[in-house]
Amino acid sequence: MNHTSEPLLTIPRDFRFGENEADALELDCGRKLQDVNLRYECVGELAPDGGNAVLILHALSGDAHVCGRHTPEDRKPGWWDDMVGPGKPIDTNRYFVICSNVLGSCAGSTGPRSINPATGKRYNLDFPVITIRDMVRAQKRLIDHLGISRLLSVVGGSMGGMQALEWAICYPEMVQSAIPIATTAQLSPQSIAFDWVGREAIKYDPNWKNGDYEPDRVPDQGLATARMLAHITYLSDESMSRKFGRELQEHDEYGFDFQRDFAVESYLEHQGRRFVERFDANSYFYITRAMDYFDLAERADGNLARALAPAQADFLVVSFSSDWLFPTAQSRAIVHALLKNRLKVSFCEIESDYGHDAFLLETDTLGPMVSAFLRNQREGRK
Amino acid sequence: MTAEQIRRRDLDIVAAIIEPGTRVLDLGCGDGTFLRQLHQEKAVDGLGVEIDQDMIACCIENGISVIHGNLDDPLDFAEDGDFDFVILSQTLQQVRYPDRLLREIVRVGRRAIVSVINFGHLPCRWRLLVSGRMPETETIPYHWYDTPNIHLGTVNDFRQLCRKLGITVVREYPVGTRFQLPARLLPNLFAPGCVFELEKRRKEH
Repeated sequence: MNHTSEPLLTIPRDFRFGENEADALELDCGRKLQDVNLRYECVGELAPDGGNAVLILHALSGDAHVCGRHTPEDRKPGWWDDMVGPGKPIDTNRYFVICSNVLGSCAGSTGPRSINPATGKRYNLDFPVITIRDMVRAQKRLIDHLGISRLLSVVGGSMGGMQALEWAICYPEMVQSAIPIATTAQLSPQSIAFDWVGREAIKYDPNWKNGDYEPDRVPDQGLATARMLAHITYLSDESMSRKFGRELQEHDEYGFDFQRDFAVESYLEHQGRRFVERFDANSYFYITRAMDYFDLAERADGNLARALAPAQADFLVVSFSSDWLFPTAQSRAIVHALLKNRLKVSFCEIESDYGHDAFLLETDTLGPMVSAFLRNQREGRK
Repeated sequence: MTAEQIRRRDLDIVAAIIEPGTRVLDLGCGDGTFLRQLHQEKAVDGLGVEIDQDMIACCIENGISVIHGNLDDPLDFAEDGDFDFVILSQTLQQVRYPDRLLREIVRVGRRAIVSVINFGHLPCRWRLLVSGRMPETETIPYHWYDTPNIHLGTVNDFRQLCRKLGITVVREYPVGTRFQLPARLLPNLFAPGCVFELEKRRKEH
């Protein structure tokens, strides 16, 4: 470890737009959103030619804090600190990295917990149902505001990968390359089912009150259950066996009751508890719904290649062998559709037993690929 | 002649056949060095298919587009005639269904360049005849039980398969040893390997 290097400190910023009707954000549902805030962070410096900007797109529960720390005392760094930072695969000494919190979230950007300017009260379920494309439309405003005309790359895993695909389709002239990781062009019925059960768990929480819960009495049981369920889908049978086995947590023998016995139970409970401390139940509704509605092919009568036809970017598509939430076949479908459009595409299924979470954990394999791809993009070697 | 030497001779022959500015698919492209060379020398638009994750990482490092894939599977990422040239070098004998792969290659490529190891090569025949055991030669340096070459054949076998599949052999380039002439005259006996330029037989009117 290099003790002489300064810890990377990042500053959260806010970008507000849509103060009047004309500037409001038009949404897929037909409504317009006024007074929009996007929380974002930037690391590195924009090159004089403006050609080194990399937009990082986060997943369901992520935020703008992609790397580094806000204060030297912060216990944990940003969510993708292994991949992003000085000397890391997405090297902030070379690239100007931008990450913004998605629309509908609860980590600084406008979402259901924000105040509705029309009523002066929280939106809650009055917040319009948003789509992945709406998230990208909002990000486009931010990128324009930052004076960036072309992104070297858009990079994201899971829901972040969906946004990367949307970017490549919606603003092809602005996207030189895209790296969709562990993602899909169309949320599968299995994933829709998991999202539904998660939301149902929240609805059954007596605190939920159709989304109008009090800030000090939130549906934390329901949200924790939703998170525990979802968390299982991010792991794999192998990784759970390796990490927990059938280990007992607190006692040496079975309790012969229904309290936690197993290590895996404690782990899930811990994940659920930690999640409710930082996440809003209504945001969980909106963001999972945005993923449910994500279906690129549907726009072109089920023809994914045609849906991707506007894209001009070079692509690096990555999946992970044990990811059963966004399995390799779904990445291959994207790759085939891109090839039909005669785009430059590379694809690798990385061998991993971490399940869907691999995109956050397999830095040793993912890192060099992403780093080499970006370097070649920047140096025009492609 | 070692397998590696033959492979290099192969690639020289292949590189000479490929026309500039064409779209090329290299099946089993390894670290992408060959496609890189074709890109630099002939400005081809190349795509590789590779099964090994580390090799894929090298391709990306080399700035080569590459798809993770297994040649035992259909080439379902490509449409009919998508590529001007499809290259398969010294790999046909390692796949599970060589006939299916050949059919796929001439489907997606307007021209195919396939190189094969010739098991009918005199040293192979000689060793089999004399020792009565599977030959271990410079070209095929494996034991029968650990060889990746699960479908070895001869030049004549390959020609016959092409005929059966309706594939036209446009040209043959026997890969010679020190003695080029005999290899050219009787490749099935004297060439350790052979490069075939192939295309799908067009329907007669």
